[in-house]
Amino acid sequence: MYKNNSIQWLFTFLGGVVLLFLIAPLAGLVFHSSGTEIADTIADKEVTYSIMLTLATSMIATTIFAFFAIPFSYLLARKLFFGKKIVLGIIDLPIVIPHSAAGIALLTVISKQGIIGKAGGLFGLEFPSSSAGIVLAMAFVSLPFLINAARNGFEEVPERLEKAALNLGASPAKVFFSISLPLAWRSIVSGLIMMFARGMSEFGAVVIIAYHPMITPVMIFERFGAFGLKYARPVALIFIAVCLVFFVLLRYLSNPKKDAIRS
Amino acid sequence: MLSVHNLTLNIGTFQLKDISFQVSKGEYFILLGESGSGKSLLLESIAGLTKPESGQLFMNQNEITHTQIQKRNVGLVFQDHALFPHLTVEENITYPLRIKKISFSKIKESLAELATEMNIVPFLKRYPETLSGGEKQRVALARTLILKPDILLLDEPLSSMDVSLKADLRSMLRRINQKGQTILHVTHDYEEAISLAHQIGVIHNGQIIQTGTPHEVFTHPKNQFVAHFGGIKNFYPATLELGTDHETTKAHLNEHIGIDIFTKHKTTKGFVLIGQKNILLSRTPQPNGVMNQFHGTIKEIVPASMGYEIVVDCGILFYVSISSDSITTFDFKEKQEVWLAFNPSSVRFIPG
Repeated sequence: MYKNNSIQWLFTFLGGVVLLFLIAPLAGLVFHSSGTEIADTIADKEVTYSIMLTLATSMIATTIFAFFAIPFSYLLARKLFFGKKIVLGIIDLPIVIPHSAAGIALLTVISKQGIIGKAGGLFGLEFPSSSAGIVLAMAFVSLPFLINAARNGFEEVPERLEKAALNLGASPAKVFFSISLPLAWRSIVSGLIMMFARGMSEFGAVVIIAYHPMITPVMIFERFGAFGLKYARPVALIFIAVCLVFFVLLRYLSNPKKDAIRS
Repeated sequence: MLSVHNLTLNIGTFQLKDISFQVSKGEYFILLGESGSGKSLLLESIAGLTKPESGQLFMNQNEITHTQIQKRNVGLVFQDHALFPHLTVEENITYPLRIKKISFSKIKESLAELATEMNIVPFLKRYPETLSGGEKQRVALARTLILKPDILLLDEPLSSMDVSLKADLRSMLRRINQKGQTILHVTHDYEEAISLAHQIGVIHNGQIIQTGTPHEVFTHPKNQFVAHFGGIKNFYPATLELGTDHETTKAHLNEHIGIDIFTKHKTTKGFVLIGQKNILLSRTPQPNGVMNQFHGTIKEIVPASMGYEIVVDCGILFYVSISSDSITTFDFKEKQEVWLAFNPSSVRFIPG
């Protein structure tokens, strides 16, 4: 339709610039890191521990908060209530505020003097400078991604299907688990992956709550500050590679094979 | 069986007003109305999906107005079928039994019986998105029937089907009803109502305006809306005046048009109904002495299934059915001046 159209060439050029901007830093990382550097970094137990800690805390944050966030998203998708717009605004708040500020805000409630800190203390949990604190910081900044994706997913499930299931004798809980949840599952999984990814890459809030134990984004910052680019680069490269492998794997697992009969 | 008493329901600006009707056990009841007349809403409120403002619903003498949806045993088949897209046909049909934790062997038995009866066996393993409209409708019916509901509610079940599929599904619905299944079916198609219903309720602007057997409703329509809905176009409110010969009666359709009719009714107000095929149309007046002869202009010539329908404006509109041969012979055209005539014996008076 737009063959030999000059506007199409212009758009292609602009797209190319954007792609180059995204790819260049990553390519720079790869081309400036030698094999020996990478091998040494992989053998560095501090680095591997940090990556494992980052993956684990983000996974735990996603899993724990999914139990609260998914039913809440359903409620937001289905119900109209007074102040709903304010609630939706509050959910998006962590996306729009600086994450270091989010960390400070979070610290006020999870420190020993804070409400959550005091409650945690009753069970022997301390949040600042602990893995539990990292989990909370990651969850705080990444929850909107899960809630919004899941809410969109539930909104796309026709209410008629839920009504049909109720009419066929299902209880509201059964309707949720057998109809709404499976039909919104793809969006929910996307939200879970986004939350996990956002949690893993968080720096600002986590560095305020817990410099140690050290998650990888903090370690990259620390190595860059203390030893310079040469030492931070291989850690960053390995972390990006691990992230990519994880996301590709998660995306693959979340897309069930199309049934031959269905196609 | 089902008894609806003074049901009133408000949804936005739309209202169902004071709806009352009864469906007996084993009966096929059709609610007939235009799109937007509130038919689907009424079904949803009987199924419990929409809460009424006032009124009562009884099922087998037990009040179900506030009974939970899942405990009413009322099976609703939605107009768009509402099949679960993530489940196969088999899983869709057995869904109501699986959630009730019925034994596997009983589920299998019920499925086999229904699938054979409704000719679903060949596509049990397929997903709804791969089915045709007719197949989807059969699956939706089977999924509801597997519950053995007290009453089956059908929302425009034949609306999205072609003619041959409609005939198949009609005979299937008739068979289901003959086996004793009580059915309440809503539609906008009066032919569907005539071919299936034992009883009809005509719904208009959120109110039921007439109930009765198809014969009663379409031979004695209560008002112009019912008549038009039943395909009767020459239906006019009339005021009667006894003729000077004491044999015929003059029925005044408006200030200028009065027609001679034969009736023994003594009432002065009612409706007259003239069959479209009983009107004679010509380009010249009939000989003197012919009763009910009017001069008018052809307003519209509309092709119909058996020839043409000619709309003649004589101060009021008369609808005349005419064969294709006649239209060629008489060379009728729009805006042409014509004469129409009909015998008093072909006019039916309905007191109202």
